[in-house]
Amino acid sequence: MSETSRAPRGAAGDGGRDKGGRRGFFRRRRVCRFCVEKIDYINYKDVKTLAPFIPERGKIQPRRISGTCAKHQRALQTAIKRARQIALLPYVTD
Amino acid sequence: MSTARQYELVYITPPDTTDEALEQLQQQVQAVIDRFGGNIASTENWGRRRLAYEIAGHREGTYVLHVINGPADLNAELDRRLRVTDGVIRHMIIRVDEELASAERAQARRKAEMIERRTRRGLPPEPDENERRRGDDEETREDEAGGER
Repeated sequence: MSETSRAPRGAAGDGGRDKGGRRGFFRRRRVCRFCVEKIDYINYKDVKTLAPFIPERGKIQPRRISGTCAKHQRALQTAIKRARQIALLPYVTD
Repeated sequence: MSTARQYELVYITPPDTTDEALEQLQQQVQAVIDRFGGNIASTENWGRRRLAYEIAGHREGTYVLHVINGPADLNAELDRRLRVTDGVIRHMIIRVDEELASAERAQARRKAEMIERRTRRGLPPEPDENERRRGDDEETREDEAGGER
């Protein structure tokens, strides 16, 4: 019973992402890592969680690539900027 | 106390700083905090770490973290003092009480929602050991659907 009530929910979620699925090729559905792992507070001291969101150049990865939801991207942004201040993360690399 | 706030202070000293010098530095910080009627809730010494970029010619530094309870003036004074302290190459003070409180609220809300969902389905409020795996899966799916918006 609960199975059937959940099905349309998932379908609606898929239909809502017309921007991500470019016509012609299949793209894996991206989800916000922080939502999945239920992280409420993104800690600036925890370099391990922040590291995947800063590619080689040292820039903050945009939402459209990482799939992070708006709320968590905002928190992530603050955390990364704080970590940069105390030299846990670089401002630029090279 | 209406003015009680929680701050996190992180400061970096050059890697060759002796333990005595660190101790002395901490006493200075403590003195300022005492003067404003605050207190240090906890202290963490991260030891030597590589810096992500060069600060004042150093590639490594010793990190110290203090969690401080105190009024807002304390923050300003501490910041001013640390800026002119020679032994500190970098410091940062951030206010954390509000963020931590909102994170806690979010967690409580999530828990309450889970209990409500479960009682609606006639299950005991807390998942037991056997169904924990399955329960985790379905919660993840609901979160994903919510995260899309």
